[in-house]
Amino acid sequence: MTGPRLEMKNITKEYFGNKVLKGINISVQPGEVHAIVGENGAGKSTLMNILFGMPVIHNTGGYKGKITFNGSSAPISSPEEAMEMGIGMVHQEFMLLPGFTIMENIKLNREPTLPNIWSSIFGEKMRTLDIPRMRRDAKAALERLDLNIDEMLQVAGLPVGFMQFVEIARELDKTSLQLLVLDEPTAVLTENDAETLLKSVRRMANEGISVLFITHRLDEVLSVADRITVLRDGEQVATMNPSEATVEKLAELMVGRKIKSILHKDREADSDRNTQPLLSIKNLHVQMPGEEVNGVDLEVMPGEILGLGGLAGHGKIGVANGIMGFYPASGEITVKGKQIPLNSSIASLNSGMAFVSEDRRGVGLLLEESVEMNIIVQAMQSQGKFLKRRIIEMMDAKTARKHTDRMIKDLDIRCTGPEQLTRRLSGGNQQKVCIAKALTLEPNILFVSEPTRGIDVGAKRLILDLLVELNRKSGVTIVMTSSELSELRSICDRIAIIYKGRLEGILSPDESNAKYGLMMAGALAHKRKAAS
Amino acid sequence: MPEECLISQKPTLKERILDFYRDFGVARLIIFAFLIFLLASAFALKLPMEQILSSVLTRFGMNGILVLAMIPSIQSGTGPNFALPLGITCGIVAITLSIELNMAGFSGFFFSVGVAALLGAATGFLYGFLLNRVKGQELTVGTYFGFSIVSLMCIFWFLAPYKSPEMIWPYGGSGLRVTIALQDRIGKVLDNFLAFDFFGVTVPTGLLLFFALFCTGLWLFSRTRTGIALSTVGTNPKFAESSGLNVNRYRIIGSTISQALGAVGIVVYAQSFGFIQLYMAPLFMAFFAVASILIGGASLKKSTVTHAVIGTFLFQSILVVSMPVANIVVADNIADVIRIIISNGIILYALTRKETGGDLS
Amino acid sequence: MSDDIRNPDRKMTLQMVAPESRHEQAYKYYLRKNVVPLVFLILCILGGYYSGLSLPFLINEIITRMARNSFIVISLIVPILAGMGLNFGIVLGAMAGQFGYVATANFQMTGFTGFFVTVLITVPLAIIFGWLTGKLFNQSKGKEMITGIILGFFANGIYQLILLYFMGNIIPIRVPTMLLSTGIGIRNTIDIKGMHYAIDNLWKIRLQIPGFIFPIIIPVVTLAALAALCIAVHFLFKTKLGQEFRATGQNRQIAEVAGIKVDRIRILAIIFSTVLAGIGQVIFLQNLGNINTYGSHVQVGTFAVAAILIGGASVTKATISQALLGTLLFHTLFIVSPLAGKNLIGDAMIGEYFRVFITYGVIGVALALHAWQAKQKRR
Repeated sequence: MTGPRLEMKNITKEYFGNKVLKGINISVQPGEVHAIVGENGAGKSTLMNILFGMPVIHNTGGYKGKITFNGSSAPISSPEEAMEMGIGMVHQEFMLLPGFTIMENIKLNREPTLPNIWSSIFGEKMRTLDIPRMRRDAKAALERLDLNIDEMLQVAGLPVGFMQFVEIARELDKTSLQLLVLDEPTAVLTENDAETLLKSVRRMANEGISVLFITHRLDEVLSVADRITVLRDGEQVATMNPSEATVEKLAELMVGRKIKSILHKDREADSDRNTQPLLSIKNLHVQMPGEEVNGVDLEVMPGEILGLGGLAGHGKIGVANGIMGFYPASGEITVKGKQIPLNSSIASLNSGMAFVSEDRRGVGLLLEESVEMNIIVQAMQSQGKFLKRRIIEMMDAKTARKHTDRMIKDLDIRCTGPEQLTRRLSGGNQQKVCIAKALTLEPNILFVSEPTRGIDVGAKRLILDLLVELNRKSGVTIVMTSSELSELRSICDRIAIIYKGRLEGILSPDESNAKYGLMMAGALAHKRKAAS
Repeated sequence: MPEECLISQKPTLKERILDFYRDFGVARLIIFAFLIFLLASAFALKLPMEQILSSVLTRFGMNGILVLAMIPSIQSGTGPNFALPLGITCGIVAITLSIELNMAGFSGFFFSVGVAALLGAATGFLYGFLLNRVKGQELTVGTYFGFSIVSLMCIFWFLAPYKSPEMIWPYGGSGLRVTIALQDRIGKVLDNFLAFDFFGVTVPTGLLLFFALFCTGLWLFSRTRTGIALSTVGTNPKFAESSGLNVNRYRIIGSTISQALGAVGIVVYAQSFGFIQLYMAPLFMAFFAVASILIGGASLKKSTVTHAVIGTFLFQSILVVSMPVANIVVADNIADVIRIIISNGIILYALTRKETGGDLS
Repeated sequence: MSDDIRNPDRKMTLQMVAPESRHEQAYKYYLRKNVVPLVFLILCILGGYYSGLSLPFLINEIITRMARNSFIVISLIVPILAGMGLNFGIVLGAMAGQFGYVATANFQMTGFTGFFVTVLITVPLAIIFGWLTGKLFNQSKGKEMITGIILGFFANGIYQLILLYFMGNIIPIRVPTMLLSTGIGIRNTIDIKGMHYAIDNLWKIRLQIPGFIFPIIIPVVTLAALAALCIAVHFLFKTKLGQEFRATGQNRQIAEVAGIKVDRIRILAIIFSTVLAGIGQVIFLQNLGNINTYGSHVQVGTFAVAAILIGGASVTKATISQALLGTLLFHTLFIVSPLAGKNLIGDAMIGEYFRVFITYGVIGVALALHAWQAKQKRR
C-alpha cells in the first residue's frame, strides 16, 4: 500500500462560535470500509459536508484542519471538486429524478455523447447522447451490485430499496470513484436488502474503493467495517478495530454523558405511582413521513417530566405530532380517563394539551406577526380568550396586552416590546414565545419537541430551566421529545426510548450509558426477533 | 440551524433604515419620484390644480373599494385576487337588474349594492372551493378564471332577456349595449351627496364617506376573532391548523368577502363613472386594483387597509396628474401607456420579491 | 418484528401491479390521456358540420393556419420540459418579430430578402428579450407563469411607448406613411405588402380534388421550414443540452447537485422559446401581409398556450405532435365557430364569444388541473 487514500487531520468547524467539530482525525486506506457512528448532532453530517465541499460549510466561515487525498493536500471547496477527485456520496434523501429511467439517472450529467454536425458548430452541448453506451454502462454498474433489474425502468414507482441501489450504482459508474460516502444507507432498507447492500459494500472494498459508512445500526458496523470511529458531541471519542469492539462498548461510547443531572434530584422519587395516569396512549400509529409511529403504548403520570428519546427517523417526533392532530394518526388516547378523538387539533387543545413544535419557524410561529399576536392567537381561536363581545367577537386589546406583558416578564423574553416581530428575535427567545403561546392555553400536559434545537448553549440551559420551573411551580406535566439524550437525562423523571416506531423501553435518567446505547440501537428488538 | 444565529436581537438604526428601504423597494421609490416629478411639472405648467385635485378625490373614492377587495384575499393567503372580474361581473349584473326594474337614485344604488354584495359573496364562496384545490397556483388560475368568466358573460350579455330600452340596442340587433349610461339612474348619487366646494376643489363627500365606511368596516373586521383567524391562516397555514383553525374554511371566507367587495366596488365605480361597460371591459380591471395595493406597500402575502388607501391615492394621483401633463408635453394618450407600465411593473416587482414560507413563495 | 413495517412503499408497489387486465388498463389510460383532444375533435367536427363550409375551403384555411401558427406553438415546448410551465413570455418574441418588420418596412425592403433581413433582425432582439425574461423568471421561481403573463402586459406598455412616442421622434422613420398624421408614432397598421407571402409563394403546389372547383394550395417552403423545426426540436432532446433541459424540468435541486447549471439552463430554455416565437411571428405576419401594430402580438401567448393545451399537453409535459394537433384543433375551431354560431343561433358573435371563452377556459382548466395534481403529489 502506498499510504492512506484519505486523511483528515485535526478538523475543526464552528458555526457562529458554536463548535460542532473539535479536532477530528480520520485516515482511510484504499479498500478500507471505515464506519462512523454517533448520535444525532454528533457532527457526522458536518464532517461529510466538509469532505464533500458543500456550500453550507464555506458560507459559514469554512473549516480548520487539513485534508489530504492520495497523499496530496486537498482543500475541497465545492462538490464538483470532490466529485472530480473521485469522492462519491450517497445522500440520505434520494437524489434521483423520478421521471427519468434508471439508466438516465445513473448517467445524469455524465452522459457519453457522440459528435455531430451541430456540435461542431454550437459546441459540446449539442452532441447526441450515446444511448446504447449509457445502457451498457448502467447495466454494468447495476451488475456490480448484483442487481438484476431493467435499466430502462422509470425510477418513479421503484421500491425504496431499489432507489438506494440506483444511487450507489450511479456512484460506482463514476470511473474515477475512489472513496464512497454512504450516509445511513440501510435506514430505509429491509433486513434482506440491507444484507445485499453490505455484501456489495464489501465487494467494492475488495475492488479497492474506500468506503466511509455512516450508520446507527451497530451490529452492521461490526460485520462490515475495517475500522470504526465514534463521534460524540463533535468530539472523536474513539477509533478502533471491530475486533476490539462490541455492540455494548460502541453504544456506551456513542451516548456518553455530557450534562450532569443537576436539576432533577430536588424531589423524592414519586410516591404517587399508583395514581391514575394523566394521559394514556394505546397502540398509537402516526403517518408522519420520516418519523412514523407504529404502535406506541405509553402512560404519562400527573406531574412528571417524561422524556421521549431515540434516534432520528425512529418516530419519537411523530408521537406528539400525532397526538396533537398534525399528522394522520390512529389508536386510543385518553386524558384523565376520557377518550380524545384523534386527528383534530382542536379536540386535543380542548382536552388540556398544548404543543411546542420542533418546527419552530415553520409551525410554531407567525414570523411576520408581533410577539403579542403569536402569544395570544392560539388561545383566542381555540378557547375564545382575549375576546369581548360587542355585536361580534372583537379582540380585547387590553387583556391581551396585559397577558403579553406578563409573559414577557415571567419568561424573560428579550424583545423591544409586544409589538416586535418574532422574526427579529433570537432562536432562544423565539422558543420562549412558543412556550408562552402554549402556556397561554393553560395546559395540563405540555408536549415540547426538540426545545433546544438551533439554540446557542447559554440559551439552551435557560429553556431547560424554564421547563423544570413550569413543572415544579405550576404543576404542568411535560412530555419532552429530544434528540439530545443528555438533555433528556438532565431534566426528565423517566425516559421512553422509541425504536422503529415502537416503544423499546423506559429508563430512569441514572441508567448506564451502555443501556441507553443498546436501547437506542434496538438491541432488545433484535433479540426478540432472534428469539422468535 | 446556523441561520438563526444571524438574527440579531435588536435592529440598529442603520438596519432599520436599510430594512425600510428594502421593504419600500426600488419600484416604489421610482413611482414615488415619478409622482413628485409629475406634480412639479403640473405646477410649472400652471395647470389648474383645483380641477386636478377634485379629480384625484373622485377617482380615489371610486376605485377605493375595488382595491379594498384585495385585502381579504391577500390576508387569507390566496394572494391578490386576480379573479376580481368575477365580483365585478356580479356588480354589473346587479346594476343592470336595477335598471331593468326601473329603479333610480339612492334606492337604485342601494338595491344594486345589496344585490351585488349577495351575488359577489355567493360566487366568491363557490370560487373559494376552486381556490382550495389549486393551492400554490392561485394567481395564474385566478387570472385565467377571471378571463374565462368575462368571456362567458359576453355570451350572457348577448342572450340576456332584458327589456329596458336603455340597455338594448335601439334599432334591433341582439344583446345588451356595450356601454350603458347611468345618468338618469344611479349616476353620481354618491358623488353629489353632500358635495361641496372648498377653494375650488369639489369634494365628493358621499363617495368618500362611503369608502371610509368600508375602510372602517374592514379594519374592524381585522380585529375580530374571524378576522384574526383569517390573517393567521394566511400568514402561516400550519400554525393556523395547530391552533385548531380550518384553513380551507377561512380561505373560502376570504374569497367570499373579496368578491363581495369587488361587486360593491364596481357599483360605486360605475355610479361615479356614469356608465357601465359590458362585454370585455372588465377583463383587466383586476390588474389595476392589484397594482394599487402593491404600490401602497402591500406584498403578495401581507396587506392592510392603510396599504389600500395609500396605494389607491398614489396610483390615481399619478393617473390624474399625468394626463394633462402628458397632453401638453408629449402627446395625447401617453397616460394610458404609463398606466400599463406602472401597474404591471409594480406587480412584476412584487412577484420577484422573496417572501418567507407559505404557498405563494 | 419485521423491518417491512418501516417500508410501506415497497409493499404498495408490489400490490399495485396486480388486478385489472393490462389491456383494459391501457385502454383507459389512453382515453384519460387523450380526453382533451378528443373532446375538441368532437367540437371541431360538430362545428365544421354546422358551419356549412366546403371541405376544400376548410382544408385550405387549415393548411394556411397550420403553416403560419405552428411555429409559435412549438416554441412553448422547451420551457415546458425545462419545468418552467407555459411560457406566456413569448409575447416578447412576437414583439421582436414586429420590431424586425418595422425596420425592414422602414427600409422598404421586399420579397424574400426583406423576409430574411427581418429574421436576421428579429433573432438577436429575441435573444436579448429572452435573456431578460429568463433572468426575471429565475428571480420568481415557481411563479414563472404569472410572471410571464404580467411581463407580457408590461412589455406591451414599453412596446407602445416606443412605437407610439419614440418612433418618428427619437427614432427616425424614413417612410412617412408609416407614421401617424402628427409625424410621431407608428400607425395602427403597418403595410408589409412587399413581403406578403414572401416564403409562402416561393413554391406552391395546387392539388385539385375531383368534384370541387377550388384547388388545395400547399405552401411547400413554409411547411418545409416547419418540418425542419420539428426535426430540430426532436433532435435537441436527443442531445446533452436536451437532457439537461429535461433534468432541470424534473427537479431543480437534484439537477443542481448533479452539476447542471440550472439557472443558465433555464435562461437558455427561455431564449430558445423567445427566438422561435420571434421567427414564428415573422412567418405569421408575412402570410397576413400587414401588421396590426398594437394588436398582432397581444394574444400570441394566450392563443399558443390554448392551442398546445388543446392538443393534450400539460404544464409539465408536451410533445411536438401535441403542439401540431393542438394547433390544428384550435384553429379549426377558430375558423368554424363564428359560422357555426351564426347557423345555430343566428349570430356570428355568439360563436366568436364562444371561441374566446374556450380559449381562456381551456387555459384556466388546464392550470387548475395542474395545480390540483401538484397539490395531491405533495401529500
